Amino acid sequence: MSNNTSTAKAFDIIVIGGGHAGCEAAAASARIGATTLLITHKLETIGEMSCNPAIGGLAKGTLVREIDALDGLMGRVADEAGIQFRVLNRSKGPAVRGPRAQQDRALYRAAMQRELANQENLTLRADEIEDLILGRDSWVRGVITAKGEKILAARVVLTTGTFLRGVIHMGTKKISAGRVGDPATTGLSETLNRAEFKLGRLKTGTPPRLDGRSIDFGCLVSQPGDDSPQPFSYMNDLISQDQIDCFITATNETGHNIIRKNLKKSAMFSGNIRGVGPRYCPSIEDKVVRFADKTSHQIFLEPEGLNDHTIYPNGISTSLPEDIQLKLLKTIPGLEQANMIRPGYAIEYDYVDPRQLFPSLETKLIPGLYLAGQINGTTGYEEAGAQGLVAGINAALTVAGRAPFVPNRGDSFIGVMIDDLTTQGASEPYRMFSSRSEYRIHLRPDNADQRLTAAGIGFGCVTKTRRERFRRKKIELDASRNLLARLRTTPTQLSRHDIKIRQDGVIRSAYEILAFPGINKENLRQIWPDIGAIQPEIFEQIEIEARYSHYLDRQAADIAAFKRDESLVLPVGLDYNKIGGLSAEARNKLHMASPTTLGAASRISGVTPAAITALLRYVKKSDRIVPRGS
Amino acid sequence: MRFDDTIFALASAAGKAAVTMVRVSGDKAGPALRRLTGDMPLPEARRATLRTIREPADGDEIDRAMVLWFPAPASYTGEDVAEFYIHGGRAVLAALLRTLGGLEGLRPAEAGEFSRRAFEHGKLDLTAAEGIADLINAETELQRRQALRQSEGNLGVLYEGWRARLLNIRALVESTIDFSDQELPDGVLDQAAPEIHAIADEIDAHLADDHWGERLRDGIQVAILGPANAGKSSLINKLVGRDAAIVAPDAGTTRDVVEVQIDLAGWPLTVADTAGLRAAEGAVEAEGIRRARALAEAADLNIVVLDGAHWPEGGEEVTRLADERALFVLNKCDLIDEKARVARIDGHGVLNVSCKTGEGMGDLLVRIREHLEARHLPSAAPLPTRARHRHALEKCLESLYGCDIDVGQELAAEELRLATDSLGRITGRVDIEQVLDIIFKEFCIGK
Repeated sequence: MSNNTSTAKAFDIIVIGGGHAGCEAAAASARIGATTLLITHKLETIGEMSCNPAIGGLAKGTLVREIDALDGLMGRVADEAGIQFRVLNRSKGPAVRGPRAQQDRALYRAAMQRELANQENLTLRADEIEDLILGRDSWVRGVITAKGEKILAARVVLTTGTFLRGVIHMGTKKISAGRVGDPATTGLSETLNRAEFKLGRLKTGTPPRLDGRSIDFGCLVSQPGDDSPQPFSYMNDLISQDQIDCFITATNETGHNIIRKNLKKSAMFSGNIRGVGPRYCPSIEDKVVRFADKTSHQIFLEPEGLNDHTIYPNGISTSLPEDIQLKLLKTIPGLEQANMIRPGYAIEYDYVDPRQLFPSLETKLIPGLYLAGQINGTTGYEEAGAQGLVAGINAALTVAGRAPFVPNRGDSFIGVMIDDLTTQGASEPYRMFSSRSEYRIHLRPDNADQRLTAAGIGFGCVTKTRRERFRRKKIELDASRNLLARLRTTPTQLSRHDIKIRQDGVIRSAYEILAFPGINKENLRQIWPDIGAIQPEIFEQIEIEARYSHYLDRQAADIAAFKRDESLVLPVGLDYNKIGGLSAEARNKLHMASPTTLGAASRISGVTPAAITALLRYVKKSDRIVPRGS
Repeated sequence: MRFDDTIFALASAAGKAAVTMVRVSGDKAGPALRRLTGDMPLPEARRATLRTIREPADGDEIDRAMVLWFPAPASYTGEDVAEFYIHGGRAVLAALLRTLGGLEGLRPAEAGEFSRRAFEHGKLDLTAAEGIADLINAETELQRRQALRQSEGNLGVLYEGWRARLLNIRALVESTIDFSDQELPDGVLDQAAPEIHAIADEIDAHLADDHWGERLRDGIQVAILGPANAGKSSLINKLVGRDAAIVAPDAGTTRDVVEVQIDLAGWPLTVADTAGLRAAEGAVEAEGIRRARALAEAADLNIVVLDGAHWPEGGEEVTRLADERALFVLNKCDLIDEKARVARIDGHGVLNVSCKTGEGMGDLLVRIREHLEARHLPSAAPLPTRARHRHALEKCLESLYGCDIDVGQELAAEELRLATDSLGRITGRVDIEQVLDIIFKEFCIGK
């Protein structure tokens, strides 16, 4: 701090990286009012979708809704750039539906860049970061650029994605890069190493890109979007963008034989790659080897934009050499003549053991430093964006001397993800699945605003237009709920209106009647015309609550119990060696994760109920239980 | 109690024996073994090896003994374990224990500490650990057998088996929710409903043991009932005095009724003497009679003692007790002649005995045994032995009955989660990662 010769103006917060995590982090911290600087290699690639051109999907759609509920960018940008909207699991219950939209990559980038350019308190800068500046107290103080310039800040959010010592593998070729065409970052890895962060190695892959003009779509099955596209954002009622179709094709045994014959040339099988890849996103060579009896694997041909001929063949991510990739394509129906714009590849990168983070996403080793996105061992735009949002919010809140916002397992998928990461760590790239949540019936895509927006308003990351809209919706919801609870009748009366339920003489409210299968708004309106005045989306929300009411009551009780455990705060720096009755394994795991609450401790695998009892006894005896917030 | 200590204890029965085994567990087990064997290298893992055991200080020979070395985690506790098979004399044992106790970082184990470490390291599930505790406390042969089987993991295997099958179904259901955009095989859920029904039926049958597992563990309740002065206390004394019936050392846990614990051919009986049944004269006596009736209500076997000298006086009071749990005994048969003896009451056979002469007592013991075995033959099928097992199994069953795949997969998944968690709570294992593991192993997931 004494050396001011090349020191630029100080910011409250510096965000490094312009991917999905970086954009959300920078925008969130600026919304809260912190002066924020976003630094990335190239301003043109801000908001780039490095892999598949789609946002949302199963469980991920809920994450997008949650980001939106806290006034994040992803939902609104995806609504603007979306060219095919589909709600997955539409035939299943509302708790497990997954809104998803194909994106026009150019439109997505443009919309994201415009959002950031218009954001108050936010400065964008193209530069390369060489290192962090740390104070003597080990707090982060800012960053040093590749040219040696120092930029000071009270908080730094690191969202470097796959760029930390990124290595691209294609056949036996190895290229140091963070993404095709962009250099990797190496200096930061060394700094993190020096600070004693535990770095691991993960890998992911991407398929070749094809020229749509060379594909014979005529012989393929098309997959259209939904008739009435449903927006991600609670701020949007309609989608105005033109909509397109995707197409479906599949591999066959001829192609599989080519893969089997050339397996040794695949970076994944030649032993070149040490990183662990995601099991749910295997390469085509992985699929052929592990599921040898499957004679065909589906491929979705997804256009990358309205005015872009590039096609993303979803399902054949690969690290085979380029010539083998071409040979494989020739065997696939519709792709016989396809031109490959660029080959697929696998990429290996460093990640930090996320157990070295607090649930606020601040690191335990360097105070003031926050990590978000793939650097924490996750995969996916939505997972990255959600973490970026939380890191940005907390960087801004703490710089203003306020308590951090810690989403939890009872209020959001974001909370589930952050709790999983910070207590369990990541042994493979972590992706959100709805089954990871115990309270899935409550944590639905339809009610993300009801779960999170009020909190967001409380800590100031929700702008005025959304505040107003949320307030109006809440008033309408409450009024409609009251109305439906007030209107009551008997089964006999109901049967006169052709509504058949048990003739048990029990007087039920309209809300309770709604819980019976087959009852809809029209049935109720015939008895009570007032119900007709309820807005369709308001009614739908209450209808979902009514249908799930039995399960929601039970989950509410479970969540209350969960929160009791969460309120038992474990002191920072607790010495687990001093606690009797802990096995060596439990002690190691606890030491590694340093859980912040008794609840978090109980979710660490290898920590038994007996160990939790010992822990509880110890903290109780030492009178160290402090309710959160006090 | 610290887990980083290395612990040691006599692991075979106390007293003189040909061979006695001392077990050492913890980080310092290896160094201890080397120190006591003249700093020889550690023997090959899990291979019986003959060594001379010496005092490390002066090299004095303690014994020549077989030693075994089990490096972690492949040992009973999951830690490094050394075992010394020494000659079974008291002096040899004392010398070895004294020497081990003198080593830095070693201390005698507390009761159950080896098993507790084994549980902590995932070597035992919770039911097996309970079985070991029960085994140590078992007083009769049947209790011992039940506890032994449980400690060997038969309950754990049963519950984990159900849990594994339910986790499989859960994985199928979850795959249709979380991976519905993937190419899943047709009819993934076809087997789910029948399998859920099958498991529910098995759990139901397991629970329909009439609480025998718990009774066997806690003692089978036998109430001695009858009119005042029919000879109830004499009968108990007579039962206790028989060679076939051994009074447990900690007999007479006092409630308001006198209780005696008896081992009858392996059956652990808790026999309760009760107040005589008759029209009460005072408040205290009325209370005693009320309790006697309550006890009869809860007992597994009611021995109804009638006064042969005054029969059928007071008969009305006792015939109300005639159900399948009742065994009627006409006492004082030495006072009445053959012709006056009673053969049946309300269709129940009556056994004529005399506590005074001992007549019919042998028959009574046989009848008690027959009665117990008729209701529950000791079998190899594992039974729930604790109320906590029963409670969790009932919860599990409730979820399975509430699970309807056709109504909504997300709701079926919710019930299956609760069902597997209930079973996991018995064995001490709950984990979502297992569900994902199954999905990724079974299906080709990934576009």
